[in-house]
Amino acid sequence: MKQKNSKGEALKFSGKWDLAPAPESTDHIEIKKEYQLFINGKFYKPSSGKYFPSINPANEKHLSMIAEANEKDVDRAVKAARKAFDGTWSKISAKERGKYIYRIARLIQEKARELAVIESLDGGKPIREARDIDVPIAAAHFFYYAGWTDKLKYAFPNQSPKAVGVAGQVIPWNFPLMMAAWKIAPALATGNTVVLKPAETTSLTALKLAEIIQEADLPPGVVNIVTGAGATGAAIVNHSDVDKIAFTGSTGVGKVIMKAIAGTEKKSTMELGGKAANIIFEDAPLDQAVEGVINGIYFNQGHVCCAGSRLFIQESVYDVVLRKLKDRIQALVLGDPLDKNTDIGAINSKEQLATINKYLKIGQKEGADMFQLSCDIPKKGFWCPPTLFTNVSQSHAIAKEEIFGPVLAVQTFRTIDEVITKANNTPFGLSAGVWTDKGSKIFNLTSQMRAGVVWANTYNKFDPTSPFGGYKESGHGREGGLHGLLPYLNI
Amino acid sequence: MNMINTPKVDKVGIEDRISRITKRSLKKEAKMEGLKMALNMVDLTTLEGMDTNNKVSQMCYKAMHLHDEHPGLPTVAAVCVYPNFVKLAVNSLKGSGVKVASVATAFPSGHSTLDIKIKDTKLAVDSGANEVDMVISRGKFHSGDFNFVYDEIASIKEACGKARLKVILETGELGNLDNVRKASDIAMLAGADFIKTSTGKIKPAATLPVTLVMLEAIKDYYYKTGIMIGMKPAGGISNAKLALQYLLLVKETLGIKWLDNHWFRFGASSLANDLLMQIMKQTTGSYQSANYFSKD
Repeated sequence: MKQKNSKGEALKFSGKWDLAPAPESTDHIEIKKEYQLFINGKFYKPSSGKYFPSINPANEKHLSMIAEANEKDVDRAVKAARKAFDGTWSKISAKERGKYIYRIARLIQEKARELAVIESLDGGKPIREARDIDVPIAAAHFFYYAGWTDKLKYAFPNQSPKAVGVAGQVIPWNFPLMMAAWKIAPALATGNTVVLKPAETTSLTALKLAEIIQEADLPPGVVNIVTGAGATGAAIVNHSDVDKIAFTGSTGVGKVIMKAIAGTEKKSTMELGGKAANIIFEDAPLDQAVEGVINGIYFNQGHVCCAGSRLFIQESVYDVVLRKLKDRIQALVLGDPLDKNTDIGAINSKEQLATINKYLKIGQKEGADMFQLSCDIPKKGFWCPPTLFTNVSQSHAIAKEEIFGPVLAVQTFRTIDEVITKANNTPFGLSAGVWTDKGSKIFNLTSQMRAGVVWANTYNKFDPTSPFGGYKESGHGREGGLHGLLPYLNI
Repeated sequence: MNMINTPKVDKVGIEDRISRITKRSLKKEAKMEGLKMALNMVDLTTLEGMDTNNKVSQMCYKAMHLHDEHPGLPTVAAVCVYPNFVKLAVNSLKGSGVKVASVATAFPSGHSTLDIKIKDTKLAVDSGANEVDMVISRGKFHSGDFNFVYDEIASIKEACGKARLKVILETGELGNLDNVRKASDIAMLAGADFIKTSTGKIKPAATLPVTLVMLEAIKDYYYKTGIMIGMKPAGGISNAKLALQYLLLVKETLGIKWLDNHWFRFGASSLANDLLMQIMKQTTGSYQSANYFSKD
């Protein structure tokens, strides 16, 4: 099967019949000039009077000004959440609670198009992904957890599950609305109230969600959304009346939070970084495996904690897979995130682009060979073409550290034992992927993989019924599925 | 050939890939270019028991005069008929550049002896066919006699002489995508110039997933040998939107070299008129009644 030198010249995927622009319309969306803090069911100006700008990373154009919440504002939000928890949310029947959550889900569906466009504008992700993945999954999470509200006793038989209280939730910028849904839906379903902080580069859809929650007529204070950067997040984490912290973000910040809440009564869920292994055996359906690798690492510009950023190819098919992978990369479309044909959008922020570029330099310095999609890069905005490195070993920084960008480190292996050892040889353990036609090999490998999610012959598939979370330094606690109820309950 | 070991295909993965293609959006000049390209790749086909000389000559005239009201349109690539109509088609199309393809080898079932299949092929080629569309022996394929399938294709290829050979796999009878891949590989190794999905007599005929599997087989073969093989999905592609999705699939799988009627064809009868209607819509901004497009 080995194929060192192919006889056909490399194929070309552009230069004839190139796609014309097909931009999604922005006529139907409304972005306010200024956004306030959502506390106790109403929008309030920040006590400091400070606002920070939110920009479109694809063209660096200003989108809106976002209120910056300080300790005082966070305290107000936590107090509102406590009052709502004691006064209404823990008193109303589970069935009623469910109705509210269903209402949020339906409103998200009604406004799906607007939410998708804003998500793409604010975060740089391709509209196709925002439209087909982010928004539908966000709605699905609310639908799914709405169904659990009056069935908690059946979920945990012979026990009396009780809400934890006020949940402080801090979410990242890679899936702004979807992460908000992953956090808020199970918290509400189990009877908790919420203070949520979106990431500072992507506040807009969380604030749109605040409007939806207002429209759904949730009792004031059940959900509070406060915007800001790290200091705002710290104020939530350190607030003495918060019962539980749910955090999704980097392992570095996760460690800081765990130290901060050590010795307190606060419960925690941490969904942190990853450096997932995606493993291709020689008997795999190779073309579909290559497609899975593309989805695994270039989905959402690689800003995915479970991204398949380490590719392991069995040596006997290395040349073939690599050639297929390079051809597939050449057929990807990079550009305007609002264009319906765009596969690769903008990097979320200038800072993140700097981080990614730093790793591109390190990779080359370490002696790895870099391959990138050759395409025009827009002049404005933050961009990184899909990249892969070959000639990589386990000791390379690009194979060890989370880059959180469209950068793939390719390595080879000979035997299943070797690849299991290499795949597990990381402080992370969020996800993994395996590609083979042989069922027994899948079960052998998945049972030995130290990762929270292992996909077989697919990658980056998400569903609200399926628990998601990490081993090792990728975090603890699960989101999604029945398991996702547990972190919000005292049992 | 009985020992042939071909790459595995995962149906779910194939469908995922197709869903990406069908979400592509073609606008303005790209759409127009695609419509014209598709029109130029059509093998205008009539393969009916009730075909007559008049029917075939009417279709040939249509092949050369797709829509005279709109000058500058390309012609279709070829007409496709039964062997006994080849001479008539060749005469009708003289000087037009439109090629004549003929089905052969006991089309559509392929149940006959090699001797008769070769005679059938020779009838078409000697009558002037530029292309021969043969069917593989699916019964032999299912009974695992891949040597037979291979040898038969090789024999027909020899009988074709200069005519290009399209090998119809009849994917609707092959059962699964692994078999589609295997049949594609056998056909290419045996000397096919084109691989073709279907006779049009069996449902399902051409589909995007089946076509993707065949395009990937062509790609692997190309990198191994340097030889380009053509692809022809046939049957069931009746509208322009679907045709454009096939072309996008070709572009993203095999690249721009295959975007040419020497390497890609649509076997279809009603597709041409829908393409014409869409071309006129792109030109004038509004749809015309189907009655403005001749039905031959």
